[in-house]
Amino acid sequence: MRITCPFCGERELGEFTYLGDAKPQRPVADAGEEAVYDYVYLRDNVAGVMSEHWYHSGGCRAWLKVTRNTLTHEISAVEPAAGAGAAKVGA
Amino acid sequence: MKYSIFSLARAALSGHKTWKPTWRDAAPKDRYDVVIIGGGGHGLATAWFLASEFGIRNVAVLEKGWIGSGNAGRNTTIIRSNYGLPGNTGFYELSMKLWETMEQDLNYNAMVSQRGVLNLYHSDAQRDAFARRGNTMRINGIDAELLDQAALRKMMPFLNFENARFPIQGGLLQRRGGTARHDAVVWGYAHAASELGVDIIQNCEVTGFVRDGNGKVTGVETSRGKIGAGKVGMAVAGSSSRVAAMAGLRLPIESHVLQAFVSEAIKPLLPNVMTFGAGHFYVSQSDKGGLVFGGDIDGYNSYAQRGNLPVVEDVCEGGMALIPMIGRVRLLRQWGGIMDMSMDGTPIIDMSPVEGLYINAGWCYGGFKATPGSGFVFAHLLARDQSHKEAARFRLDRFQRGAMIDEKGQGAQPNLH
Repeated sequence: MRITCPFCGERELGEFTYLGDAKPQRPVADAGEEAVYDYVYLRDNVAGVMSEHWYHSGGCRAWLKVTRNTLTHEISAVEPAAGAGAAKVGA
Repeated sequence: MKYSIFSLARAALSGHKTWKPTWRDAAPKDRYDVVIIGGGGHGLATAWFLASEFGIRNVAVLEKGWIGSGNAGRNTTIIRSNYGLPGNTGFYELSMKLWETMEQDLNYNAMVSQRGVLNLYHSDAQRDAFARRGNTMRINGIDAELLDQAALRKMMPFLNFENARFPIQGGLLQRRGGTARHDAVVWGYAHAASELGVDIIQNCEVTGFVRDGNGKVTGVETSRGKIGAGKVGMAVAGSSSRVAAMAGLRLPIESHVLQAFVSEAIKPLLPNVMTFGAGHFYVSQSDKGGLVFGGDIDGYNSYAQRGNLPVVEDVCEGGMALIPMIGRVRLLRQWGGIMDMSMDGTPIIDMSPVEGLYINAGWCYGGFKATPGSGFVFAHLLARDQSHKEAARFRLDRFQRGAMIDEKGQGAQPNLH
């Protein structure tokens, strides 16, 4: 698997760090326990095309949104996703 | 068919032409008391324990491919019970004890070999953590020995003790741990379950659940027609989310790929199963002579049953760091399996929120060693609607209750467990 970083070009997988499914949105601070449980623990665990966040840790250190098929590892799109990591942890 | 020295002699004298299939390849009936989805080790073990221990013999095991074609035939065959957290310690020891009697119980040679499982440590802090885990094990009646470097040098003089980053100071050894022939475990449970009347149905993929007016599961839709069921248990680790989704459930699980490797056969080298956790590498030697080894999961969601090269490189580097001389050994094969990575690294064996559907899932990369224990406690749950005491903490709602069992302390980040 190779990922084409929009800033650096096609690079090998070892340069990238995986965050996971891009779909879950961090609940607002006063959301109930149920919403937080859902966000932290439950997953769609998609078998097929999935949008996900990767970090180009061994390259330009940009957050990326990668559209990838989990059944085949085929990557159909890569786009910048600035702030995706911070949004995940609510920073 | 009963296997013994006499049956072997008889077959040998007749040119091995009298052997019968060891289990029955059944066609589906209209209805069963219990339907198990998944013909891997866990599903087949569950069926056997239902029939042998809990008196429920009208049981079917449905397998979408052939039995043992998933993770049961893709693991690195290690058995052990060296866990430190309440919930895990007792359960894995229950499983270990069942390994010790399995071959007699099933009348099948599963090549269970208690050659020992050794975890290496590289610092004073890690030694202390291992001493603590060893003490936890011993308090619970499980064997554990803390070995120093001198003991390891005697046992395996070829290790790279003076590694600059991770010098080997010693290890925690569980002598009762070891390996078992994974295919034979599948065939053994299939053999014994089939003898007791369990129907093993292959090429039968579950495509949906049949529900009554109250939402209770009363059967399954399959590629071989509708099959009614009093209860349905799923043991489909790797695909748990996909099967649960057919019943409208979302699980605290991600599917990830884990790779394993085997080298060409060499003369006897490794006396035990050895884990080099700091280097993300573990290894044992098969009876054929191949070094069987692996490391971490690839780290991204996958259902592809194959991995990528960064982990191949990482694992081989780990092997070279630990045993430099294996650089001369050629890699024979590599493959991947799909792991049910749960959010705390611990399995789920529980009733589901859907009546009539029972879940056995979330085994991460540790399902093989649990095969007999998992089968036993899942059969207990299916038969009695009550968790077995050694599986009482493997509940689906533990994440909501804050009662996680996080052996590695990684939090809800499945690709780190």
